Amino acid sequence: MRWGMRTKRNTQRTILYIFVIVMVIFYIFPFYWAIKSSFTADQYLFTKNITLWPQGFTFENYIKVFTERPFGLNILNSIIVAGATTIFSVIVGSFSAYAIARLKIPGKGPLMLLILAVSMFPQVSILGGLFQLLRNLGLINTYTGLIIPYIALNLPLTTWILQNFFRELPKEIEESAYIDGCSKFQTLWRIVLPLSAPGLVTTGLLAFIQAWNEFLFALTFMQTPEKYTVPVAIAMFTGRTFYEVPWGQLMAASVIVTMPLVILVLVFQNRIVQGLTAGSVKG
Amino acid sequence: MKVKGTYKRSDIWLAFWLIIPTLIAIGITAFYPLGQTLYDSFFKWSLRPGFEREFVGFQNYINLFQDPRFLSSLWNTIYFTFFSVVIEFLLGLGTALILNADFKLRGLVRAAVLIPWAIPTAVSSQMWKWMYNDQYGVISIMLYNLGILEEGTPILGTPGMAMAAIIGVDVWKTTPFVALLLLAGLQTIPNELYEAARIDGANIWKQFTSITLPVLRPTIGVTLIFRTLDALRVFDIVYIMTQGSVGTETLAVYNRSLLMDNIFSPRGLFGYGSALSVVIFLIIGIFTLIYIRSLNIKLD
Repeated sequence: MRWGMRTKRNTQRTILYIFVIVMVIFYIFPFYWAIKSSFTADQYLFTKNITLWPQGFTFENYIKVFTERPFGLNILNSIIVAGATTIFSVIVGSFSAYAIARLKIPGKGPLMLLILAVSMFPQVSILGGLFQLLRNLGLINTYTGLIIPYIALNLPLTTWILQNFFRELPKEIEESAYIDGCSKFQTLWRIVLPLSAPGLVTTGLLAFIQAWNEFLFALTFMQTPEKYTVPVAIAMFTGRTFYEVPWGQLMAASVIVTMPLVILVLVFQNRIVQGLTAGSVKG
Repeated sequence: MKVKGTYKRSDIWLAFWLIIPTLIAIGITAFYPLGQTLYDSFFKWSLRPGFEREFVGFQNYINLFQDPRFLSSLWNTIYFTFFSVVIEFLLGLGTALILNADFKLRGLVRAAVLIPWAIPTAVSSQMWKWMYNDQYGVISIMLYNLGILEEGTPILGTPGMAMAAIIGVDVWKTTPFVALLLLAGLQTIPNELYEAARIDGANIWKQFTSITLPVLRPTIGVTLIFRTLDALRVFDIVYIMTQGSVGTETLAVYNRSLLMDNIFSPRGLFGYGSALSVVIFLIIGIFTLIYIRSLNIKLD
């Protein structure tokens, strides 16, 4: 059987679209299922019938998340910790990134390798030492005690990505500013940073997501439910008894914390992709 | 004006002040704790008030390699790493090839693919734990109805199956990231190459093996090492889904429980936990060296 070119092309298109649909279902379904479960009343949630649409549609789970547990506080904790981490990492990281990208200094190679190596540190390997350090400083169960390690976790990545961005800026602009009598630091502060705003936003987003999602340190250093960050609160979700997990509420909480991230990803997807690939592939 | 090969004093000073905050932050929160952990690993030691440090040399390490729980968590970590990285790579490559094709709503589909990556791992673990629930979980019910699983079998309570379920969550969460890296590599291939190959009569498979794969090779290498490093450190998913029961305990999960259960150990087992931390560090360190050597970092 010989096909014409057109039929062959149509078959290829159809196969491609089938693949696309299967792929989208695979990536989206678990998230959809969480949304569906969060709007389902308990008596329908705990049944053997599978329906794609929530039965007994209700907002009750969303209300209970905030009235029956300190979830509002947990969100606030996460915003404070991730926000502070982002601001500090981007400022401090942009300084070192500029030095690496634009200043002629000896020992640049080893320095970059050092920074890169730290980004690979297994967190659990420094858990014991860090726990003792924070305990001696009285920082267990405080925001500061979580923000400090988070900044160090984020700095290698922010430095790495930002120096990539700085390298892509046209050198002429900096040189003319320099000739006009700006010092190198003024050039960085007044010209390079404003021009790199897109890069700073990208890096900030990645730093924020990393801090917002971190679990091991938060689980170990935050020890009372009022101090939990969101991932810990969600991991430690229990009902009145140990065995009874309020799944509807848990899914509501999951949707609440995921929504801002989904919106960020939809709005900034090009930036995020750019940052991720700059951070890991480009030498 | 600059002469090649010489450094200006002002540049060096400025660089020093610009870089020092980063070095201090990394020093205090990464190198210092690492040194502390290394030091502790040679002692019987815990934070119990009044506990006297007792030097034991390499005894903690010797005990560790005779500890069946350590050996099984090492094996579980290798098993998890191998399967998750291989599956993520294959699915990620498929996803990248699809996203690189031309179809309607491509931007939206790419964003949809990114969603699992953006969800905190702790949250995705709970979402999947609900789907795996042995009475009302959608995945369990489907498997029961299809007759693949015996009614009422707890997926997360059955050895072998629990690890597969954990790998499944990791695959769902991380494949988008792998796909993005590979997609960035795919987009550097000029279309003319494919055109020329088509004119020479190469079919799609031939084009894939003779153009796509060779060009992607460096990207693939970096991606695989990057993922391996990450998978070796796996903690969140295992901790939340099974707490390391039924043969799913990985190195990081065992290490945290060793350290945190023994903070005030009268037998000084915090030092023993530190020895495991050092071993994990060395394992990751080896892979990190491979990774750094595979990048040819350009400096200027």
